[in-house]
Amino acid sequence: MSELRELYQEVILDHSKRPRNFRRPGSVTNEAHGRNPLCGDTLTVFLDVRDGTIRDIAWEGHGCAISTASASMMTESLKGKTIEDGKSLFEWFHRLLTAPPDLGAPAGPLGKLAVFTGVREFPVRVKCATLAWHTLKAALERETTPVSTE
Amino acid sequence: MKTETLLDVARVRRDFPIFSRSVRGKPLVYLDNANSTQKPRAVIDAERRFYETGYANIHRGVYLLSQEATEAYDRARERVARFIGAASPNEIVFVRGTTEAINLVAASWGRKALAAGDEVLISEMEHHSGIVPWQLVCEERGASLRVIPVTDEGELDLAAAERLFSPKTKIVSLIHVSNALGTINPVEAIVAMAKARGVPVLLDGAQAISHGPIDVRALGCDFYAFSGHKLFGPTGIGVLWGRESLLDAMPPYQGGGNMIHTVTFAKTTFAPLPFKFEAGTVNIAGTLGLHAAMDYVDALTWPAIEVHERALLDRMLAALGEVEGVRLLGAPRRRVGVVSLTVDGVHPHDAGTVLDAEGIAVRAGHHCAQPLMARFGVPAAIRASLSFYNTPEDCDALAAGLRRAIEVFRG
Repeated sequence: MSELRELYQEVILDHSKRPRNFRRPGSVTNEAHGRNPLCGDTLTVFLDVRDGTIRDIAWEGHGCAISTASASMMTESLKGKTIEDGKSLFEWFHRLLTAPPDLGAPAGPLGKLAVFTGVREFPVRVKCATLAWHTLKAALERETTPVSTE
Repeated sequence: MKTETLLDVARVRRDFPIFSRSVRGKPLVYLDNANSTQKPRAVIDAERRFYETGYANIHRGVYLLSQEATEAYDRARERVARFIGAASPNEIVFVRGTTEAINLVAASWGRKALAAGDEVLISEMEHHSGIVPWQLVCEERGASLRVIPVTDEGELDLAAAERLFSPKTKIVSLIHVSNALGTINPVEAIVAMAKARGVPVLLDGAQAISHGPIDVRALGCDFYAFSGHKLFGPTGIGVLWGRESLLDAMPPYQGGGNMIHTVTFAKTTFAPLPFKFEAGTVNIAGTLGLHAAMDYVDALTWPAIEVHERALLDRMLAALGEVEGVRLLGAPRRRVGVVSLTVDGVHPHDAGTVLDAEGIAVRAGHHCAQPLMARFGVPAAIRASLSFYNTPEDCDALAAGLRRAIEVFRG
């Protein structure tokens, strides 16, 4: 049960019930669509990037508590950051969830996003947590093809 | 006179070694039987005994071990024929599972029989393995799929089915029991419609095979497909049954060893049934495990299994009915113990994780039936599926686990 509490921390439950930046911005320069065919989760990440800075970031879609909270918190942490910051945070987040246990899982600059550490104990849920981030990466690279975490 | 005896579930559970382990510190509540079933000791022993004391390839050697293995393999085929009421063991083709069986028919029968403009009649509740193989061959031959719709109750719309037949209908491929809703389809009615028009019928028996007796000749179908692993047998072994006259006329599915009569570079002649469809070395141990599984189920007797499963299903439906916010997909009148549901405010994946923390194994997802999920307007669902080794307490544990999930996410 304690592992379950680690997974569904208050902040994650809060974001899953009241997702932030759940909208389509007026101005969109980059967007990408992601889906997890295993569970049917699907989301779109919208970016308004000017001069290398993420002026606005928002998302729409539906999914489980983990994927919803992950998308919500991702958008909060990236607003005002540079594209390079975004790519770097992607790498840190990805490592947090997938690095082998013996290497530890340093949170680095992830800040609040470190609450997703609990997902490590539930390997089948890692893809839920990383869906928004893979979609972000695709949007930053201006990919137009849908991404998939399967 | 033989009297119906109820199943001694405690004793039955002792036959399944898996139930001696715990999951996340809790006793295992296994409710994913529509996905795959657990294995009794008899099945595990049959495979182990073969590898330890009797292993050799079949149909190849002049030596004793090979002869014994061949005989055991032949007996497994006879056992399967008896289990499903086939006219002859020659009608039993061993394959990897239901999926391969349907692919075999689509590729072999379908490529020969389907022409541009022809139609394959399936249903909206097919498993992906009853959709995709036909889609592939239809694309190749310029044929198309026609789909029998499903009602809100989760039953086939028989009036629509009748209208969907046309002179272009060349085969009906239908799931016998829905893997997502548990619906027992009125296959006799569909077979009658098809027979009246001279159209052959394939039944996907993947779910039906573990919930009641199957008699392919009484069903009147032309092909029947099922997997060993859903019948308490090993993975990687399954069965295609087909009428001998149909199988005889079909070209081979794969070429290779064991399926030939004579090979020259100019021309190859093929082995008689069923070997024509069994190229290469088959899953011999799997067939012996399947034999043991069929013996095991028959010894329990179908009436005892059906009575117990019916009581379990009633208990599960009652328990779920008391959990506020639980919505069941469909309400078929004739059904087996397979129930798909959603919980208001809780995503199926999250519910699945909370249940897992309680040691409860269910399926969370689209159950390889995306068109059916779309029909019910949900991207995913929780599916709980029963077998004869489940207990009333398992049903209560599911309801309690769902309440716990609701607490976590709505609290």
